[in-house]
Amino acid sequence: MKIKTSQLPLIIVSGLILIWMMIPIVYTIIFSFNESAKTNISWRGFTLDNWLKVCDNAEVCGAFINSITVAVVSTIIATALGTMIAVALVRYRFKFRSAVSLLLFMPMATPEVVLGAGLASQFFAAGVEKGLVTIIIAHTMFCISYVVVAVKARVASLDPALEEAGRDLYGSPQAVFWRITFPLLLPGIVAAALLSFALSFDDFIITNFNSGQVSTFPKFVYVAAARGVPAEANVIASGVFFVALILVLSVQIFGYFRRKKLAKVSA
Amino acid sequence: MAFAAFSTNAAPVEAAPKKRSWIAPFLLLPGLAYLSLFFLVPLIALLLTSFQATEFGPLGKEFVYAFQWENYVQAINEYMPHIGRSFFYSITATIFALLIGYPLAYLMGVTLRDFPMWKSLVLMLVIAPFFFSFLLRALAWKQLFADSGPVVGVLNMLGLFGPGDYLNGTDFSVIFGLTYTFIPFMTLPIYTSLDRLDIRYLEAAGDLYGKPATNFWKVTIPLSMPGIVSGTLLTFIPASGDYINASNMFLGSPSTAMIGNVIESNYLITQNFPIAAALSIALMAVILVAVSIYIRRSGTEDLL
Repeated sequence: MKIKTSQLPLIIVSGLILIWMMIPIVYTIIFSFNESAKTNISWRGFTLDNWLKVCDNAEVCGAFINSITVAVVSTIIATALGTMIAVALVRYRFKFRSAVSLLLFMPMATPEVVLGAGLASQFFAAGVEKGLVTIIIAHTMFCISYVVVAVKARVASLDPALEEAGRDLYGSPQAVFWRITFPLLLPGIVAAALLSFALSFDDFIITNFNSGQVSTFPKFVYVAAARGVPAEANVIASGVFFVALILVLSVQIFGYFRRKKLAKVSA
Repeated sequence: MAFAAFSTNAAPVEAAPKKRSWIAPFLLLPGLAYLSLFFLVPLIALLLTSFQATEFGPLGKEFVYAFQWENYVQAINEYMPHIGRSFFYSITATIFALLIGYPLAYLMGVTLRDFPMWKSLVLMLVIAPFFFSFLLRALAWKQLFADSGPVVGVLNMLGLFGPGDYLNGTDFSVIFGLTYTFIPFMTLPIYTSLDRLDIRYLEAAGDLYGKPATNFWKVTIPLSMPGIVSGTLLTFIPASGDYINASNMFLGSPSTAMIGNVIESNYLITQNFPIAAALSIALMAVILVAVSIYIRRSGTEDLL
């Protein structure tokens, strides 16, 4: 198969769109190396200082650590709860199925301002003080639905015959789950957890309503935007980006080799 | 695998689960209880807040539960321009995002089908913005659009812009920012639809002497409709409530303020909770009505 000339316009247009999409990312990465003074708007020369001394700016670093804490905790809770729901949705019959689907769909179809203001009203009415815990509660809430969507596809593609074979070979229900079902679901669960982490880490709107005095990385950037964002913020965003890319790439490469190995075994 | 082609138009057919088991409620309960407590109950709290009356007590401003529906009249009267602007911006941005996202999705789903390495590369690039701070990307555009920045410079050089012209804080920059932000949300669902499309339909249309344009409108578009519907919703809903792009610290100005900006300032700055709550409930109601009409008219009710 070769690319036809009639496909060239599409390829060129798409290439331009992709370049356009990368512009602000490349711009921000370049400015993480800027020898910035008070503001980081004009280019003043190349330096590695921002990268080497990120945590000299305690405010950025503190906000970053808060964001990581929130993202890790809410990802773990949301992935566990969401995976359980996904398995139940695909595998079992139960009453009120459409009500359950609606409850899962609604948080994705509600604008973030509404989710944020709603939770804030509830915390206010209940007299709960806002802080790290309320941020984690909020993030877990909006991540669950996305986890369900991501894991559900994986459960649906799982061949029940594999588990039946396990049971036929006298595997206990626990053994069948941990040695057959779980490893097969794992790629879906990992993808869901990555998505959940990315959503939580980058969330600003819901966080802004429910964080009180606590700062997260996006909140820091929002507040700093009024007086000029320091280059250390560019460093953190760029660093997170590179780590995420490496993770996604290694998941892909791992999957590729695993498929190759499986193909060899079954051949 | 041939059956897979039929499922692209309707919702993917799930193998009907037959088993009933005590395990099902055990698996569902924790997650659903969580969503009820932290999604449903807050919506009720918001609804109650939207009817609260303001009283000036000894401790200053206080809110008491009442049935003050006038809050809605007041909120809508006062902020009608913002509400109109929000929907104008978000609908325009959704249309642009569709025009930009569709070619990308088509490239990945159809053109590059036999080139898995290239396809993965393009997919990575489409997903990449998810991993990069959304606020810093918006700020980067702001700096590129600044009066002394490269974009205005080029426009000046071409004679398209005069001394008093600017980009930041205009309808253009806000719609641009919204379009840019939601491109991946538009592209990915369309890609999923096109990826499942059985290429033999396109070949059959060609064999029957359909012109490429006719084939595209009569075959490709209808078969990718579920993706188009989810993509437009995933763009329109968050865009209509967004307040970053339209904020004056980012790509907007006071004259581009959207409903999200108003809700934020009423809630977090002036602490006028009932008005902010009334606006939130009104926004949600409009979106729910618009979305259900849209889903019905596009014939993808199975989507949910």
